[in-house]
Amino acid sequence: MSKPKLDPNAKYAKSHEWVRVEDGLAVVGISDAAQEMLSDVVFVDLPEVGEEVEAGDAVAVVESVKAAEDVYAPVSGTIVAVNTALEDTPEQVNDDPYDAWFFKIRPVSQEELQKELDALMSPEEYAEYVEQEGH
Amino acid sequence: MALNINRPEPTLFEKSRPGRRGVRPPVYDVPRADLPQEFLRQDLPLPELAERDVVSHYVRLSRKNYGVDLGFYPLGSCTMKYNPKVNEVAARMRGFVDIHPLQPVETVQGALELMVRLQEMLAEISGFQSVTLQPSAGAHGELTGVLVIRKYLQDIGEGQRDIILIPDSAHGTNPATTSMAGLKAVEIQSDEDGNADLRSLQAVLDKYPGRIAGLMITNPNTLGLFEAHIQEICQMIHDAGGLVYGDGANLNAIMGILRPADVGIDIMHFNLHKTFSTPHGGGGPGAGPVGCVEKLAPYLPGPIPQRQEDGSLDWAMPAKSIGRIRSFWGNFGVLVRAYTYIRMHGAEGLREVSENAVLNANYLMHHVKRTYPVPYGHRTCMHEFVAQGKLPDAPDVHALDIAKRLIDLDNAHPPTIYFPLIVPEALMIEPTETESKETLDQFVADLEQIAQEARTDPELLHEAPHNAPVRRLDEVQAARRPILSYIMELQQQG
Repeated sequence: MSKPKLDPNAKYAKSHEWVRVEDGLAVVGISDAAQEMLSDVVFVDLPEVGEEVEAGDAVAVVESVKAAEDVYAPVSGTIVAVNTALEDTPEQVNDDPYDAWFFKIRPVSQEELQKELDALMSPEEYAEYVEQEGH
Repeated sequence: MALNINRPEPTLFEKSRPGRRGVRPPVYDVPRADLPQEFLRQDLPLPELAERDVVSHYVRLSRKNYGVDLGFYPLGSCTMKYNPKVNEVAARMRGFVDIHPLQPVETVQGALELMVRLQEMLAEISGFQSVTLQPSAGAHGELTGVLVIRKYLQDIGEGQRDIILIPDSAHGTNPATTSMAGLKAVEIQSDEDGNADLRSLQAVLDKYPGRIAGLMITNPNTLGLFEAHIQEICQMIHDAGGLVYGDGANLNAIMGILRPADVGIDIMHFNLHKTFSTPHGGGGPGAGPVGCVEKLAPYLPGPIPQRQEDGSLDWAMPAKSIGRIRSFWGNFGVLVRAYTYIRMHGAEGLREVSENAVLNANYLMHHVKRTYPVPYGHRTCMHEFVAQGKLPDAPDVHALDIAKRLIDLDNAHPPTIYFPLIVPEALMIEPTETESKETLDQFVADLEQIAQEARTDPELLHEAPHNAPVRRLDEVQAARRPILSYIMELQQQG
């Protein structure tokens, strides 16, 4: 297996989500390593816009022919947008995992967001984590 | 001459010829009444065939099938044991077959007697006080159990409890059940020995004080391992004000050895179609009776057959029942088969079933782990174990390829793959007690041959199965753009 790709501008959770800050919002998707483990994604279940979430809550589901996995909110706040295009073309998650975002979270405050981001892994740390997990 | 089972069989639509038919009714001797125009359709695309064509079509299809009567079926978590034919003899007795669910109760006392005795036997095996036979499958039993827990909590003024804890090794039906019952599932991690992690459990209990409705747990768990801390786990849930649901899918490992009620489980389902040898997997409907401790008994679904003071039997609705969970009295024919199985074995026999199921699984694990990784292979397994379909010297070969190649070798149905989710490339193997040493040895030899092929000729595996009615199916397209009927296929082709 080739080395999983990384987005240098994202932070990563142990449960394999990436999060990028764009216009003050936390944009969340799943990593290249995650899509590789799942294999071909066939279904994505997205949260409701307006839902309030806490870091660590299971908010979406991603399903392949092998498995169904929860997608966790890496940071706390309110869901303000979901990528409905994934419902019709879930293969985007495999084709370009760092473009195929799942949902956007408006954080409670930028300070709070920063604190939660600091608790996540850098691309380098995540790469090491994936290697250690033996995937 | 044997028919080549790999020869493609056309669909009935392709075999259809205009005007061909199976039945020719006699000339009408009553006045003809036409259907009102608005109920007629111009187009009714049904195939036109003679009876002879239909029968050969279905018999040919049946020969392409693989079932437990044909051979080894080590499908982990499914307990595909051989189903003794004496079960069928009992289920076909006229007294059971020729009765109707709406018959007056005094005319079906024998059927009720069987149900009451089966309830009593399941209660004895599990240590529970009461049993309902209504639910029709394992997941149906789960839903029953969680609805009972919810109603009990509402009744004692704890209706705000909305969280069910579920280990990450659980069957997917557990979180689905929780969600269907209107509660919220929260996951508990496993520790390095494959047990539910007590620290993870404690952290979640601390995070949601006053909100824990219960825990759903399978023991042995889906890694085939006995939950070493089961008593402690149940105690922690009870201390937090919750109840413990036992997923009884793996009861085949512990019959006559451990009673779930004794370790603190409050309510649990039995899969009669797994542990008690009734047909399943397309062979027949299931049954998922539910047993529970005394304080939950008034909430069970009903009516439940009970002995009256005069010795007769009658239906009774538990006092605070969640109501009916199924029409009529459950899958009665399945209950007859399970009852027969239990009576044929007796108490000692059932204990031997579990002992041999565990022995067979450990024998297989011991030999398989020489060739394939077994992540928790340092522990004694119970009735099943989880190996990995990945070989260090054949990195491009996956569990799916190994499973498909087993079809070619034609000695066994492939094991469950990619479950449980916490083991990458999982091959989940459950031999059951009904298989001989020769069958197990053949399976080991097949897996060793496949590992060898993986190193020398991986393409052979990637393209498997070669010797089957259909080759590698496109599971991805089937999930993304399912074509569910011949008409849909025609429409797709335009």
